[in-house]
Amino acid sequence: MTSNPSAIALAPPEAPATQANSAVIAVRGLVHRYQDRTALNGVSFDVRPAELFGLLGPNGSGKTTLFRILSTLMVPSSGAATIVGLDAVRQPGALRRHIGVVFQAQSVDLKLTAYENLWHQGHLYGLRGPELKKRIEEILTRVGLLDRAGDRVETFSGGMQRRIELAKGLLHHPEVLLLDEPTTGLDPGARRDLWQYLQVLRDEEHVSVIVTTHLMEEAERCDRLAILNEGNLVALGTPEELTREIGGDVILLEARDPQSLADRIRSKFHVDASVMDTHVRLEIESGHRFVPDVVEAFPGEIQSLSVSKPTLEDVFIHRTGHRFWNEEGEAAAETGQKKKAKKR
Amino acid sequence: MATQTATLPAAVPASVGVLLPAFTLWWREVVRFYRQRARVVGVILSPLLFWIVIGSGFGTSFRSGQAAGQQNYLDYFYPGALVMIVLFTAIFTMMSVIEDRNEGFLLSVLVAPVPRTAIVLGKVLGGTTLAAIQGLIFLVFSPFVGIHMTLASFGLIVLTVFLVSFALTALGFAIAWPMDSTQAFHAIINLFLIPLWLLSGALFPLSKASQWIRWIMYANPLTYGVEALRTLMYPEAPSSFSFEFSLTASILTLVLFALFMFGLAFVLANRRTTKPAA
Repeated sequence: MTSNPSAIALAPPEAPATQANSAVIAVRGLVHRYQDRTALNGVSFDVRPAELFGLLGPNGSGKTTLFRILSTLMVPSSGAATIVGLDAVRQPGALRRHIGVVFQAQSVDLKLTAYENLWHQGHLYGLRGPELKKRIEEILTRVGLLDRAGDRVETFSGGMQRRIELAKGLLHHPEVLLLDEPTTGLDPGARRDLWQYLQVLRDEEHVSVIVTTHLMEEAERCDRLAILNEGNLVALGTPEELTREIGGDVILLEARDPQSLADRIRSKFHVDASVMDTHVRLEIESGHRFVPDVVEAFPGEIQSLSVSKPTLEDVFIHRTGHRFWNEEGEAAAETGQKKKAKKR
Repeated sequence: MATQTATLPAAVPASVGVLLPAFTLWWREVVRFYRQRARVVGVILSPLLFWIVIGSGFGTSFRSGQAAGQQNYLDYFYPGALVMIVLFTAIFTMMSVIEDRNEGFLLSVLVAPVPRTAIVLGKVLGGTTLAAIQGLIFLVFSPFVGIHMTLASFGLIVLTVFLVSFALTALGFAIAWPMDSTQAFHAIINLFLIPLWLLSGALFPLSKASQWIRWIMYANPLTYGVEALRTLMYPEAPSSFSFEFSLTASILTLVLFALFMFGLAFVLANRRTTKPAA
């Protein structure tokens, strides 16, 4: 059975004809409202085959809602999402066979061994017997934990537990892997390993990977990105495309009275200057030439100054007019936020 | 799409069915329980203590009443204590539904191509197995209260314990499914389930209760479980044990109760919501 390609129902007859061959995931006008707020406000995008696609956004941007809709856990208020041509609302049962999902929250059972966790998971997907055993050994080898197969997962480190999560998501050979902030709570080494593994998956097994994140440096490793803010899609493209569109440099000036400084810069240089906390922010062509002029023009008022190439954070500011993190320390409280975000 | 993934084995069969996922969920429930030794000890010891302490205490206090007669109150209380073990095990086992939801385990089951029926069936049968086993372990003490079982009565006792376990586990599932905190679950247990047990004829006979309490006891499905067990355990019991229902009527009521509770759990689990939790 494993070697018979005709047994794969990859292009099921119920797949709509409009489904472009180039899109594995098609999201169209997705709207979702909770009682008191709109979490998604008409989001559309495509994900291509074997693409590492990032959903970047601060907490509350709607990315978790979107993730839940794509993983068939929630029904959107309106709009549609299809994965491999199957509708997430109308054909959840068929769709679930084709996706692997790794949640932010822990889904491995700590009281079971690594092998037992995967054995259990395999049964949920209708795998059994020697075929399942072979596959479990294969995937444990893949994530480098075959020698720990008989140990209870509660004895594993955070990074190893995360690898078991990943193994669970991949056990049934999904064409699409959905991961919700998979590196939460991992140390830098384990984060790097995980991302490398996602790239291997994309390159060698041609799995389309969708990963939500609120970390810029992770977003930069994606092939393409959708940036969400307050339920709206504010940017879509490769990290390079997105940062290139800002053009030139980003200059940050620290000043005692940033508001007045920004006003005067605007009238004197005819550039768009915005205020961010204690800083004046400028997006400008050839920043190195502008710097001496501005320092010269306002002697003693600028306390510090930086010139940098635009980052994804700048893309976010450029598109939304505010910082990625609205509250101080929100990024630092990332693990604490995890629980809260889940409850909402 | 088809070409680039064709090299992968087609692992997932077209239909997963109900039995395999239900089996695996059942298996997990049972294995988890016995790997947490404190839980095992707790569910056996606490009702045993309860039985001996409360049974002896009540027995002495009420000795003057005609209910006791020469039949020890401990004997009267024995089936009630057994039902209590079953109740506690069944209900506390289903607390795992809330824990599973708060961790990510339940989510990973919900995104698998598993019919919800299999989730309810696996979970409920898992809890049923544990509750029934704990209840039957308690039968070890039956010779001390002068219970002599025939093979037939033993079989019927097992059936009754199973039915009570199943119904209560399904009830626990139905309560736990919409919840997201174990504290709220405890509140329900204290407010609803403990009184359910108190008014089941476990502690005092139906016939001795005041009229309005009697009506509650008639409406309480657990009454029929306790009655059935008592009838089976003490076939030649004194009139003070006051059987009001025939064994058949009690068991049929239990079957209906079990079916109703499972149906309720099934309906609740099959709702697809727009809320984040499920």
